[in-house]
Amino acid sequence: MSEFRDVWVYVEHLKGTVVPQTFELLGAGRTLAQALGGRLVAVLLGRDVPSLAAPLGAADSVLAVDDERLGSFTPEAHSRTVHQLSVTLPPALVLCGASSTGIDLAAALAVLMNAAMTVNVAAVTVVDGRVVATSQLCGGKLMCEVDVPLPAILTVLGGAFPAEAGASTRAPQLDLKPAPPVLDHLRTKPVRLIEPAAGDIDIARVPVLVAVGRGIQRKENLPLAEELAGLLGGEVCASRPVIDQGWLPLSRQVGKSGMIVKPTLYLALGISGASEHVEGMKDAGLIVAINSDPHAPIFDVAHYGIAADLFDVAPVLIDALKERSTAAA
Amino acid sequence: MKITVILTMVPDLVEELEIDSAGTALDTQWLRYVLSESDDHALEQALTLKDRHGGTVTALAMDEGDVDQTLFTALAKGADEGCKVISLPEGPVPRRHAAAIYAEVLRSRPSDLILAGVQAISDLDGHLPGLLGGLLDLPYVGVTRAVEFSGTDTAVVHKEYPGGTTAEIEVRLPAVIGVLSAPQPPRYVPVARIREVTKTKKITTVAAPAVAAPAAAAVRRMFKPEHATHAQMLEGTPEAAVAELIGILATRGVLR
Repeated sequence: MSEFRDVWVYVEHLKGTVVPQTFELLGAGRTLAQALGGRLVAVLLGRDVPSLAAPLGAADSVLAVDDERLGSFTPEAHSRTVHQLSVTLPPALVLCGASSTGIDLAAALAVLMNAAMTVNVAAVTVVDGRVVATSQLCGGKLMCEVDVPLPAILTVLGGAFPAEAGASTRAPQLDLKPAPPVLDHLRTKPVRLIEPAAGDIDIARVPVLVAVGRGIQRKENLPLAEELAGLLGGEVCASRPVIDQGWLPLSRQVGKSGMIVKPTLYLALGISGASEHVEGMKDAGLIVAINSDPHAPIFDVAHYGIAADLFDVAPVLIDALKERSTAAA
Repeated sequence: MKITVILTMVPDLVEELEIDSAGTALDTQWLRYVLSESDDHALEQALTLKDRHGGTVTALAMDEGDVDQTLFTALAKGADEGCKVISLPEGPVPRRHAAAIYAEVLRSRPSDLILAGVQAISDLDGHLPGLLGGLLDLPYVGVTRAVEFSGTDTAVVHKEYPGGTTAEIEVRLPAVIGVLSAPQPPRYVPVARIREVTKTKKITTVAAPAVAAPAAAAVRRMFKPEHATHAQMLEGTPEAAVAELIGILATRGVLR
């Protein structure tokens, strides 16, 4: 009996490209499907599905609906369509990214499928036939291990699993389904995609980044970070709270919903290290963190750390860099 | 337009978090609660819409943590009603159960627009606004940075994607929106104004309707993460730590 054994991976795509996290989910999904005795199914909704499906050969099949109304994501259209597919082919698990798309889809789908939901999953395994997930809580300060009743929808953190296991050069087995009638009665309509305004620097191309978080406290303190960035030959960027306050433009945001950066040096000032932010900078060549909280999660991703108030350390670092510069001249 | 914004109290991460003796939940004895950050933005989004278009804003919250202060703050900022859901089930209410309770409350208090923070740091078994949209069978969009009314029964929302890309989506009202951030920072309100409101306004209450607790994941254990890697800490005075850091940066070729 295949009911409640198959593992589905919702294939997220943006601007005609499958989002890299999908391959992480396919890799994790393969292990889970084997443990549950089911199949690994990639669920692909969109327009021009055959070209999008090309890299999804790691799945046993690609369950797909090709329709204009699914071309741009809306939670309503995509959750209703996945739900309709699940009525005849009920999965045990649906894996989605804990992303802008995934968290919107997962909640709506959980209600439609009357399925359990576990969010921000960092690890998942099968123990004695039961699915056990470990979720991140409180910005990464706590973890929670739970027994997940099936069927269930999981939103999985980016980087939780290696992408290599989900990559395949095998031709995908496409199982194309017709668009469900529910798409005739949608109440949300995608209008357009808006790209970020050009003009500011591209922080993804800067070799040294001085990143500020909530610890910078107020906009008036930004010149401290700017001076430091100048002395290091870099630029200032920020985590979400600083951007949300309007202290720096959106183009300077590092994180899952901002920019993914890989500078030579990433100096994090007063950044706690929430997973949202870490996803955007964890691959930097050298990460140095200064934070007054010695238990801040940023120290788990940094190479070097100073557990102190940034306002005690940054001025000393500025003076030291100036002195070094003067000596070199 | 009638707007309801749902506010959730979450643990204050500035405080040390302790796990209870059973090892399955937070020890709430000394826990301090604050308004969830994205809910603060949802409130700001609601008040911005009211400023532009008129209408009313109701701030709705469960009777937990220091919620009275939060509701009075919402009133001081410009909300028309602060409403508390009382007579809740014992203990912390899981998100999925909270969504079921709010859905029943909102069926008897319909709104044109329901706003809530897209997620809270304590979420485990779901995120509230998406669940609410499903339970109420209302259109839902989350992770928004801006919401604007575009007609008598439509709104246009800006949904955030990676790399600064934004999707503009039209939503038929009534609808539920999961707010990531408002177009501008949450407004400041002086403490004196909040004190004044506590004397002049009342928080209304509504009893939690009896709804069955949905199936949820059973917690096996809660723990503080132990990572395989950790930064090499530079100890001592700021001067000593900086001297060591300068040496490292020079060795790594970052400084020239």
